[in-house]
Amino acid sequence: MSRFGSIAAEPVSLLLRGARVVDPAAGTDDVADLAVHGGLVVDAADLPSGAVEVNGAGLLAIPGLCDLHAHLREPGDEASETVASACRAAAHGGYTTVCAMPNTLPPLDEAARVAYVQRLAAEASCRVRVVAAATRGRAGEAQTDVGELAELGIVGVSDDGAAIASPRVARSVMAYLASVGLPLIEHAEEPSLAGGAVMRSGAIATRLGLAAWPSSAEATIVQRDIELALETGARVHFTHLSTAAALAEVRRAKRDGLPVTCDVTPHHLAMTDSWVAGERRFAWDIPLDADLPRLDPERAYHGSTRLNPPLAGRGDALALMAGVADGTVDAIATDHAPHPPERKLVEFDRAAPGIIGLETALSLGLAAVRAGCLSLDALVGAMATRPAKLIGEERSLAVGARADVTVLDPDATWAVEREALASASANTPLLGMELAGVVRLTLAGGRLAYVGGLDGLD
Amino acid sequence: MVQTAIPSTTSGAATPGWPHRHLLDVDVLTVDEVVRCLDLAAEMRALRAAGERPDWLAGEVVGLAFAEPSTRTRVSFEIAAAALGAQVVELPIEASSVTKGESLADTLRTMELTGVGTIVLRHASSGAPYLATRSCGSRIMNAGDGTHAHPTQALLDALTLRDALGELSGRTVAIVGDIGHSRVARSNLHLLTALGASVRLCGPPDWTGGFRTWRGVSVHHRLEDALDGVDAVMALRVQLERRAGGGVPSLREYGRRWGLTEDRMALARPGAPLLHPGPTNEGVELTASLAASSRSLIGSQVENGVAVRMAVLSLLAA
Repeated sequence: MSRFGSIAAEPVSLLLRGARVVDPAAGTDDVADLAVHGGLVVDAADLPSGAVEVNGAGLLAIPGLCDLHAHLREPGDEASETVASACRAAAHGGYTTVCAMPNTLPPLDEAARVAYVQRLAAEASCRVRVVAAATRGRAGEAQTDVGELAELGIVGVSDDGAAIASPRVARSVMAYLASVGLPLIEHAEEPSLAGGAVMRSGAIATRLGLAAWPSSAEATIVQRDIELALETGARVHFTHLSTAAALAEVRRAKRDGLPVTCDVTPHHLAMTDSWVAGERRFAWDIPLDADLPRLDPERAYHGSTRLNPPLAGRGDALALMAGVADGTVDAIATDHAPHPPERKLVEFDRAAPGIIGLETALSLGLAAVRAGCLSLDALVGAMATRPAKLIGEERSLAVGARADVTVLDPDATWAVEREALASASANTPLLGMELAGVVRLTLAGGRLAYVGGLDGLD
Repeated sequence: MVQTAIPSTTSGAATPGWPHRHLLDVDVLTVDEVVRCLDLAAEMRALRAAGERPDWLAGEVVGLAFAEPSTRTRVSFEIAAAALGAQVVELPIEASSVTKGESLADTLRTMELTGVGTIVLRHASSGAPYLATRSCGSRIMNAGDGTHAHPTQALLDALTLRDALGELSGRTVAIVGDIGHSRVARSNLHLLTALGASVRLCGPPDWTGGFRTWRGVSVHHRLEDALDGVDAVMALRVQLERRAGGGVPSLREYGRRWGLTEDRMALARPGAPLLHPGPTNEGVELTASLAASSRSLIGSQVENGVAVRMAVLSLLAA
């Protein structure tokens, strides 16, 4: 049994008994009871009679996950995903907030369009925050009316899908943003270095004969924007960083005290460019001296492994993981990018870039924890606490906090299959694999966002 | 013409159990399978020379799906399939059918339903034949995909080299040109190293990057280093559209540094043969006199192409 709820519904009253409660905001990790009532975390003694009681033995309770980067595809591409289906997928994956990226059709570059998505989200299964376009039509020229958009509660602006190519426009966008206090969310890809390429350069791209872009395409934009942040005082957030080189720039800028943050995706942590050849081991399971992979005819050149930025080598993936572990990386963001089969089951270089991620991110993160790459605290911090803070939300399981709570069985496994996904799309190379980590309950502001397989609530 | 039954020799279609339904690249072939393929091709060549006409593919429909311009490879496959008694059809798989909205998968499924047993696919996208095998039930013969693979070219090159040098194990072959954009070079790398040869790649940095980790392969930027004492030289066609920003400052500069001449070939072993997959740009990657010299096996490559394609078509259909 599984059920999706709405953030417009009444909050539930619930007592979760004896779960392992991990709360990075408080630095706690204990077996404890967790009580929710009136949309807040409460003292169990303050629960009204009749509150549902759930046995939490063996379960993990964490703050609700917060995704800084998701493509909800509405308006314009409703066959791939809608705000409603994306929010169901999010709730199913343990998310209580998703940030909607603006590269819809038409793009979210004016107030009415932003408000339209916000209206669609009013009764969705989880909260939606909007990232507006940085330039009109995402054309990289005229800046959007950021002041007016800020009044609607957007969390930043981005021309995601592309960088702001012109240094002059990027500088003027950032200079103006500084007066609004919102960040530029930058997709760091220098088009003149990356144009036309579909993989990251390296031995695998060479092996496969696919056009590839060098790490410098990412690092040069990161360097440029750090310089502009220094000059303008604007905040810049680099999204889906994929290379060790770019991350090193961010690390340096943070050390210098600049207002620079970044996120990485679960797939750039877990997968490598060898997945395009058919590899399906996670980055941390691939030996350092691994030979070039043999092409697996069933999987090689599969459109589901075409991403942008492209999957990188093992060294980049492990460097990103180290960045999550040491805090240089502020957030793990999904870059959930639904596409229908007709855009994916085509020649690799014609496949639309992107994979879905809302429902698999937590399982990939837990796999990294199980492999010893990350502490559970660092994972939850990067998936919930820290991204929420970046967009002005709080994630805490202390009494009095808003009840954004995710309850999961970390050891239960699930098969990634079309039918198991709430997303309207199923474009992921994880399809057919078995992952550990099953979300049982997601509460957004105390409202039931998702419940499945939880005794006492189904 | 004499009709020939399938010979009961140890090689080729007579031996059951060719384990591969498709030929996507040579990387999946064992050394024994390569040898069997080359032996069968030599046998085909002898049959053709004797004017015999084996009808091993009688009743079979071979479809030529060339989504990219090609004259040599298409004609070679057409002659090979017809020489084996197959019905050969041209499949309407122009690059434009994609812009009309019909996907490669749909086109190939339609071909399968019309009874095409083997699809010979040439496509501009690397990996397209892998998509093809996942999309339809016909046998897929890769006739060149993007910058990835050209398995029959590698096999015909191996046959040509074996005729000239004998066993390839322990031999050194230099490949000169735009390796990075060459499907011919990639398939040759797999096949030559599998057969025990070592390969020296030579060309400008942008054209040879990414290959240093390949086993049995070394990368050189100075032509003299690459040619010194090699047993054979393979020149690749320079794509004339690659100019400034495309890896070399100019074709003139390329010719000065990497163009093959009779003088430079003197660095190789005496009599070392020269191969080229064609068509040649004489005056760019090699001189006209070198192409016409006794070292040049370019003509043999074309002849061996038909024999090799007869061999692989019959192996797949076995």
